[in-house]
This record gives sequence, C-alpha cells and structure tokens, in this order.
Amino acid sequence: MPDLSINFAGIKSPNPFWLASAPPTNSGYQVMKAFDAGWGGAVWKTLGVPVVNVSSRYGSVNYRDKRMMGFNNIELISDRPLADNLREIEEVKKRFPHHAVIASLMVQSRQEWHDIVRDVTNAGSDGIELNFGCPHGMCERGMGSAVGQEPEVLQTIVEWVMEVARIPVIVKLTPNISDITEPALAARRGGANAISLINTIQSIVGVDLDLFAPYPIVDGKGSNGGYCGPAVKPIALNMVKNCAQHPDVRLPISGIGGIETWRDAVEHILLGASSVQVCTAAMHYGFGIIREMTSGLEQYMTEKGFHTIDDMVGRALPNVKHWEDLNLQYKVTASINPDKCIGCQLCYTACEDGAHQAIRLQPGTRTPEIIDENCVGCNLCSLVCPVEQCITMERRDDGTQHQTWKERTAADDIPTTFNDERAGGRHHWVPEPAAALGKEKEKTLPGKARLYTPEPEKQVVNE
Amino acid sequence: MAEYATPTTEQEFAGNFAQLKPLMSNSEALLESSRCLFCFDAPCIKACPSGIDIPLFIRQINSGNATGAARTIYEANYFGNACGKVCPTEVLCEGSCVYTATGAKPIEIGRLQSHATRKVMDQGKHLFQPGAATGFRVAVVGAGPAGISCACELRKLGHEVEVFEARSQPSGLTLYGVAPYKITNEETLAEMAYLEAQFGFQVHYNHLISTRADLEKLENEYDAIFLGIGLGHTSALGLPGEERENCVGAVEFIEQLRIRQEQTAVGRKVVVLGGGNTAMDAASESARLGAERVVLAYRRGKEEMGAYEFEYDLAKGVGVQGLFNVAPLEILGNGKVEGVKFVRTAVLNGQVQPVPGSEFVEPCDMVIKATGQAKQTSFLHLIPELQLDGKGRIVFNPGTGQTTNPRYFAAGDAANGGAEVVNAAADGKAAAHGIHTFLTR
Repeated sequence: MPDLSINFAGIKSPNPFWLASAPPTNSGYQVMKAFDAGWGGAVWKTLGVPVVNVSSRYGSVNYRDKRMMGFNNIELISDRPLADNLREIEEVKKRFPHHAVIASLMVQSRQEWHDIVRDVTNAGSDGIELNFGCPHGMCERGMGSAVGQEPEVLQTIVEWVMEVARIPVIVKLTPNISDITEPALAARRGGANAISLINTIQSIVGVDLDLFAPYPIVDGKGSNGGYCGPAVKPIALNMVKNCAQHPDVRLPISGIGGIETWRDAVEHILLGASSVQVCTAAMHYGFGIIREMTSGLEQYMTEKGFHTIDDMVGRALPNVKHWEDLNLQYKVTASINPDKCIGCQLCYTACEDGAHQAIRLQPGTRTPEIIDENCVGCNLCSLVCPVEQCITMERRDDGTQHQTWKERTAADDIPTTFNDERAGGRHHWVPEPAAALGKEKEKTLPGKARLYTPEPEKQVVNE
Repeated sequence: MAEYATPTTEQEFAGNFAQLKPLMSNSEALLESSRCLFCFDAPCIKACPSGIDIPLFIRQINSGNATGAARTIYEANYFGNACGKVCPTEVLCEGSCVYTATGAKPIEIGRLQSHATRKVMDQGKHLFQPGAATGFRVAVVGAGPAGISCACELRKLGHEVEVFEARSQPSGLTLYGVAPYKITNEETLAEMAYLEAQFGFQVHYNHLISTRADLEKLENEYDAIFLGIGLGHTSALGLPGEERENCVGAVEFIEQLRIRQEQTAVGRKVVVLGGGNTAMDAASESARLGAERVVLAYRRGKEEMGAYEFEYDLAKGVGVQGLFNVAPLEILGNGKVEGVKFVRTAVLNGQVQPVPGSEFVEPCDMVIKATGQAKQTSFLHLIPELQLDGKGRIVFNPGTGQTTNPRYFAAGDAANGGAEVVNAAADGKAAAHGIHTFLTR
C-alpha cells in the first residue's frame, strides 16, 4: 500500500488533498464534514475584517450539456466574525489533530497581520496561507491580487508575517501577472515557507444576451470575477511548472487549479506540486469526490511503484523543455484503424479545413485515408476522432537523428530571410488556392445544396 | 390474457396508445443534442428522403436556437413535426447514425426534430410567408403530405393555391392512417393549422374531385393541377365470406380508430391478414384496444415480411402472435365472422404453394385485411393523356413531378405506389418546383 501522507513544509496531512480556501471551508461544520469524508486538509476561508457580500455571486461556463467547465465568483473573504472562526478552528483541531488546518489570511496593516497571525496560531492552525490572489473586490481595496501583482509589496508583507509566525507560512499567488516566478521569488525573499498557486484568474464568464450584462448579474450589473474550475488547469499546470523549474524559487508548492479527479492531482504533482487544493469540484459534486481521488491516486502509485507522494513530485519536470530544445528530426504521422472507424469523417474535415489537407476520402467507404506524404504529424485528427485508439500517431523516423532549433541556430542552419528555402512550409504539399472553390459544396452545405435548381436534374457530384 | 384493458375513456385511450416518441423536455434535448458528433457529409442527411440538414438543426438546438433549428427542418420538409414522430427513423436517419457502429445508441433525431418544431408551433412563431404574387393559380387535389407540401412551396413561390380535399380534415394518412401511438390527432392538425396560417392556401374540405366534370372545371380555372390523391380502399381478397360482418380492411379500421378512438369496436379474437407495416399497426392497435388474442397471419415466413423489424417487435411487444406460412381460404361464420380457414403453405421455386390436407380453422370474431390498398385507376383514367404504369401508379418525372399530361403533376402514394409520409412530403415539394418551372419558363 502506498503512503499518501505528506509533510508539506512542516504541515502534516494524511493525504495530499486539501480543500482550497473558499466557500467549502467557510465553517467548522463544513471542514469537519470534509475531514469525515476523507479530505486530508483544509485551507480555511480567508479571515480578516469581515466583509459584506453581494447576492448572486457565481457564474459558470457550460460546454454543451456539461456544467461548470469553468466557474467564477465575485464573493469576498469571510463575512463571519474572526472570533467565531477561531473557536471553530480550535474545535476542528481538537477533533482532528492529525488533519491539516491552514488559516488563510488577508488584512492590511502590519499590526493587523501580527494580530491575526498570533490569533490563528493560538487557535491551533497547522499553517498560514497569505491570500495575495483574490482578483475581485478585495484588490480594489489594496489587498488580494493587488499585493500579488507587486512583488515588493508582497515581500514586505511576508516579512511582517514572518516576524511573528511560529507555524509554516504559504504564500498564495495570483496568476494575473505576466511572470509567475517574480512573486514566487519575492515570497522566498520575504522568508515564506511555501507557495500555493494559482488563485483565480480575472474573468467575465459570459454576457446575458437579453440584459446586456456580465454574469453573475447583480441588479442588472456585473463585475469581473475570479475564474477557476476544470478550464483553468492548463494555466495552473504551466505556472506550477514555472515555479518548480525556477532554480531560485526552491519552495514547496501546493498546486491549485482545475483539480477534479486523481488524474488532475497527479498531473500537478508530476509538475512539482507536493500538495493539491480543490475547490470547484467540491462545490459542484460535494465532498464525496475525495473517495475517487484517493483511490485513483493509490491505484496509480501502486501501478507505478511509487511508495510516497515525494517519489512522484516533479517527475515530469525534466521532460518539460523550451521549444528550442525539442527534436526536429522526430516524425509521426497519423494512422487510421479501419476496423474501428465509424465513418464520421471529422478527421477528414478537420485536416482539410484546419490543418494540412493530408486526409482524403475514398470511394465506396466512409473511412478516410491518410496521405502520408502530406501529414505533418500535428495530432489534430487523432484529437477530434470520437473513437478510442482509432487514429493513432505512429513514429516514422528511425530514432537515430536528433537535432534541435538551438543546434540548428548554432550551426547557422535556420531560415533567416522571408523566402528562405530552409523553412518548413516549402517541404510539404499545399494545394492551389482555387482548388478550394466549390469543393464538396454539396457536402459542407447539405441543406443549401438541396435547393431546387430551375431545371431540376439529378445532382451532379463533383469529385 | 390481454396486455391492455379495453379503453373506455379518452384518458385510458391515451394511456393504451401512449406516444412512442414523446415530446423531449429542454433538459433532455440539451443532453441528446450534445451527443451529436456533427459528422462531415453526415449519413443521416443522406438517409433522409427530404434531406434535412440534421447535424445543423441539432447544433442549433444545442446552442439555444430552437427557432433556427425549426427553420432548418421546415425549409427541407413541411411535415417536420409529423416526420419527427411518424418516420421509420430506425431505418432512415437514426439507422444511419455513426454511433451505431460504436455500439452506442444513435442520436434520437426524430424526437429532437419534433422538440424544435413543437417549440415554434406552440409559440405560433411564423417562419415563412407567401412569395410575391405571380398571378398563376394551381389546384392541389388531396390535402395529404404530398398535397400540403406542394401547396406550401407553391405559395412560397408566389402562386395562388386552392386545395380540394375529400375528407373533413387535412394531412391525409398522417391523420387517418398512422398508428395513434406515433402521433396524436391534435398534434397532426396543429401542424397543418400552423402551415396554413403562414402560407395562406385555401383548403376546400369535403370536396371530392371524382368526375370528368370536376376535372374539367379545374382544368379551366387553374394553370396547373397537382394530384396528391393517395391510394384507395383496401383491395378485396376475393375470398368466400369476405363480406361477413367484422371482416374489415386495415386502412378502414385504422381510420375509424383515429376518428372514433376509444369508441372503436374491436373483436375479442382478431386475425390480421398481411405482413406489411400496416398489418403490424392493425395488430398492435387491436391489442391496445383490448383484444384478448391477436394473431398475425402471413403467407410466407417471418423473415420475408415486408414490415420493418422494429414494427414487428412493437407488435410482439403488445402480445401479438405470429402465424406464418398460412394462406386464408375462407372467412367462416354465420352473418358475423367466426373464424378463418387457413391452409399451410410452403415456398417452392419462389412460389407460395398450399400444402394439401393441411387446412385448419383459426377461430376469431374479427378479421382485419392488411393486404394492400387499391389504386384509384378509374379516376385517373378520366385525365386525358395521363399514363399509369403496370401497377396502376401515375407515370411521372421524378425530378419535376410532371406527368404525361404536362399540366398535371403528381407525388405521394398515387405516384410512388405507397411509401412514407416523408417521401410524399419531399416529392410534393419537389413537384412544386416542377410546377413553378412549368408556369414561369
């Protein structure tokens, strides 16, 4: 049995799954329920001077019938009195001494920081997370992302906190910045023990087409919110990787952003996270999803022979390179398995219109055919194919050649002028522009194509 | 034991004849439309005789544009709602859905189609209007799927249209011939009213065109005449005892059922003669009306039946029993039907032959003959130069609907010998363009 427990910058937790600081951790009731369900830790809903919230706080991006692919909120930090929260933290810690309770904090003055850090420490918190990420509301008052976007201010506040901190301090970073490693480095300079990322992304999730107002709508108006949910995972993964690869950051990372299943968690871990935080998925499906997450993680670790979470952390980092270090001699082309093909021809039209015209239709069958010499190996057809393992990308080079852009640059073998023969586009087939005209019109505009002509005759099929 | 109790009220009738393709809710439509792959050169479009751009309308439903979806459907097929419900989608659009190759269920195209069309119908949202008047006048004989589709398209092209219908209601077999569990009368008529309100053609009901004088009047007053007259009564079998009480034709039985609903009389033990889709309908309907025993008797083997497999399954599902390789010899009884004398058959050299000495009697108190409808040849012979083929079908140009008498055009069952609503709707519309070309060339 693999050991799921972690020691994250000194914060111990029975598993790496923490609830992120958000509505699911608004009260002791919720946190206890989550621990009861199997969550390893919880970052308490951000404490500070209690706020006043608006009604109508969340908006969603749906994809077809799938709800909440993306999610945003304009809710602020805790609106509950600090004393109530402290009492409940204490109660939770008494009941769950081995689970991680991290207090998320957001205040303004040095004195306030000192006071609240002492308060949450005395209540029994295992760690502190500094909320420098909230991109709506609080930032208008000089807190949240307003801090995260100013590395010097961030560093100063971390220094204030470290003056009194007796428990590990995590700095939560905002992604609303061009280079995530700058605030990460500032956190390190300030003495933080760890970083967590990403906080939500400034967003408008949609516009009401009748009211001409952005969601969520508050009395006919809206404001930008903070974006999260499955849609933000790719952005989060990239930022986690950037911090994990940076030689000077060297801080434990708590990965946040789009984690809904064990797979998402493993991806964050392989790119350098050593704990993960979840919010949207818990808001969508409830705390019960933890069973799938822990069992999936356990199964994966067993199959891969990982004994501890630390065995996995950052395992994908050596394979994340700059583009210029990729092998230009590597060559794959698509291969369609005719036994699996169901004839939807999505690969055909995707390649025709969206890629390199490297798939052709064949008479007598709906299974298209790859034109090997035109295929640049872009993967598009295999991505649009709705059948598992029907289109696969097969390696065509013999694996003996290795040449990168960097090497070609050094060898002075790169295109440098506008019509340079050394460019890639010169070496694969591109059809004549006019060959597009009228091509398959009756197939791409099937309804229109059936419009009756003045002299109705049998349809002529252009091939 | 009968599967169904005899319905005595409208509600019980509706229960026994519950819709096979009930209206989809918005949530169901969103889920189902989300599954569509938007195939390139989609097989479902090719399988649709009216060529509806199915992936497009499904995508329109999915993106919250049900009105646009309805427009896509109606632009191709004026019987959009009816076809969504009564089409044999299992062998047309849905049968060609690529999902079936994965083992997954095909997209429920028929129900999605009706979901969209019902929205605009129920909201009274008009999508079409008549074209600028051309001054030409066209008479349409028959307000069935072919005639109404032709009338709509002619109005769209700006021609004046008057429809002559022998019965008191429009839509032909959609109303009078389709099984009630496929579509209700209300829904059928609602679509007709919806079309009539947009296109403004005039329908003369209870107006039978049957004599040479009737035709002459049309020929004098109209620039072109469209024949969408369908087929006639059930053909006689020529069996002794066929005239006995409770020996009825399937088409006539179903018509009664559609009009009289729960007041339709059915026997306790019913024998249905035939192996086509109408036979399956009549058998299913008898069972749903509470008949204790329904036997479907067919001259050949089960595999050779003309009915779609799903239609036979439907009949079996309500308790209908198959009796194969039997030929009826005589309808027995004393005034009323008391049984059918059959002889067993065997197929020799492709010919059905009776097996001597194998006669037996199947007791019953009702016989429904689903053995085909007669062509209206004597009426059609009243039209000069109008040629019929060897099977009594009107000879016509499939592209234009034009018959051998250039002013007469035809589509639907009278021309194709008997097919689906969707074929009549598609061909009736195509004929409108044939007429348009003829008038305006």
